Amino acid sequence: MKARRLAAVALRQFYLYAGSPTRLVPLFAWVAIDIALWGFITRYLNSIASAGFDFVPALLGAVLLWDFLTRVMQGVSTAFLEDVWSRNFLNMFATPLLISEYILGLVVTSIGTSVIGLLTMLCLATLAFGLSFFAYGAAIVPFLLVLFLSGIALGIAGTAMVLRLGPASEWFVWPMPAVLSPFVGVFYPIATLPSWMQAISRILPPSYVFEGLRAIVRGEAWSPAGLVFGFALSILYIAAAGWFFRHVFRVAVRTGLLARYSAESTS
Amino acid sequence: MPPEPVLVVRNLRKAYRRTVAVDGVSFAVAPGEIVGLLGPNGAGKTTTVNMVLGVLEPSEGTITIEGIDLQKRRSAALSCTNFAAVYAALPGNLTVEQNLRVFGMLYEVPSLTAQIEEMLKRFDLERFRGTRSGILSSGEQTRLSLAKALLNRPKLLLLDEPTASIDPAIARTIRATIRNFAEENQSAVLWTSHNMYEVEEVCHRVLFLSHGRILLEGDPKLLPREHGAANLEELFVQVANEQLHDGVVR
Repeated sequence: MKARRLAAVALRQFYLYAGSPTRLVPLFAWVAIDIALWGFITRYLNSIASAGFDFVPALLGAVLLWDFLTRVMQGVSTAFLEDVWSRNFLNMFATPLLISEYILGLVVTSIGTSVIGLLTMLCLATLAFGLSFFAYGAAIVPFLLVLFLSGIALGIAGTAMVLRLGPASEWFVWPMPAVLSPFVGVFYPIATLPSWMQAISRILPPSYVFEGLRAIVRGEAWSPAGLVFGFALSILYIAAAGWFFRHVFRVAVRTGLLARYSAESTS
Repeated sequence: MPPEPVLVVRNLRKAYRRTVAVDGVSFAVAPGEIVGLLGPNGAGKTTTVNMVLGVLEPSEGTITIEGIDLQKRRSAALSCTNFAAVYAALPGNLTVEQNLRVFGMLYEVPSLTAQIEEMLKRFDLERFRGTRSGILSSGEQTRLSLAKALLNRPKLLLLDEPTASIDPAIARTIRATIRNFAEENQSAVLWTSHNMYEVEEVCHRVLFLSHGRILLEGDPKLLPREHGAANLEELFVQVANEQLHDGVVR
């Protein structure tokens, strides 16, 4: 693996963001709107609920963490889609670039864009609504790590799907976090779900983050073992997503899909 | 002893279910040699180029570039190549200089900044360095694609109709540039074109493809006479119309 080629993939994305306000603004705008909306909802809930329970770390914190995962996933998939939209596959993949370098380049891009989103959310949630990450203690670090890894796995799987099904399938990628959110219990305990949904939630790493978050907010003991399992699962999913992308790429090279990949030929 | 060929293609075949696009093609390109790949639309030229570029897997056969098996060591083999194709414009949302920097890094070009400057100068793109590629004219975009293609001084250069959208004066300059590059760098060039005048001027040897097979091979200046055609264009038309029988036009 060559660091220079990996850097080239990330540099291309940096050039795009640096030269285009229409790409930069959404990095701040959507997360800010989300935090503002949920910030006011939590403020209202605090005013009508019985004293003693603070909705800010429970609800607004959960929204912030879920948005972080979504931004990580979109960081990977948007960077990939830039190559789809500019019909750049032939130029990119006729170079010595390895698939692993390409994917890692997308991940590096996603780290940059998602950190911007996270800092924006954190500033707004802290300054306007009094959310503090200190409320979660040291657990916030593994929480963010598991969500980051899960977002990366989702992003890679989504890009592989677009590569396989064609440019029009990008519309399957955007709602992926929304489809998962009912199962991982962003806003409610997993125990609320019917048993078949609980079975699915057990194999989704973010479930362990949100269960842990709620336990900390309620002042109850939480299971680091569950989070370790979630971490292991997210690593497994990244490996599986990487394998899936590589497999789809090989199929695309074999069938000629890569050579003629464009909106006209595959949608 | 003749030098080892840069590109060796053996028994190359590409089939899509029942359609055979390329059928048992074999050829080699020596250092400094410019080989024209000719044939009517659908003859298998671009399919062959795509297989050599590693973006299309052959159904059968092998491709070696500088002695490296493309199937087994894709990245190493592709580091010796570069290409320009009329259908593969560089991303229009990056500037000329940004495109050259990104692709220069992908090809791991040493002294990249100096090399970019040389390419900008060679292809008369200096005044467009900060211009987004997408708003360049088609001729300027072609020059940019060629600048990218020569950036890493490839030992194998693949050009798919490189002068298709360029005016005759610039096309002549570009032909000279590529010819000089091939000679100075001892690079092999595989060149597809529908411009027979251009092919005759530039190529040392041509391969006529039809229905995925090599039908004729030889010196573009001698080939027409050898097969009873007035010139290369007439020979091309005869091949396209399948009027060539037993090596003679009827």
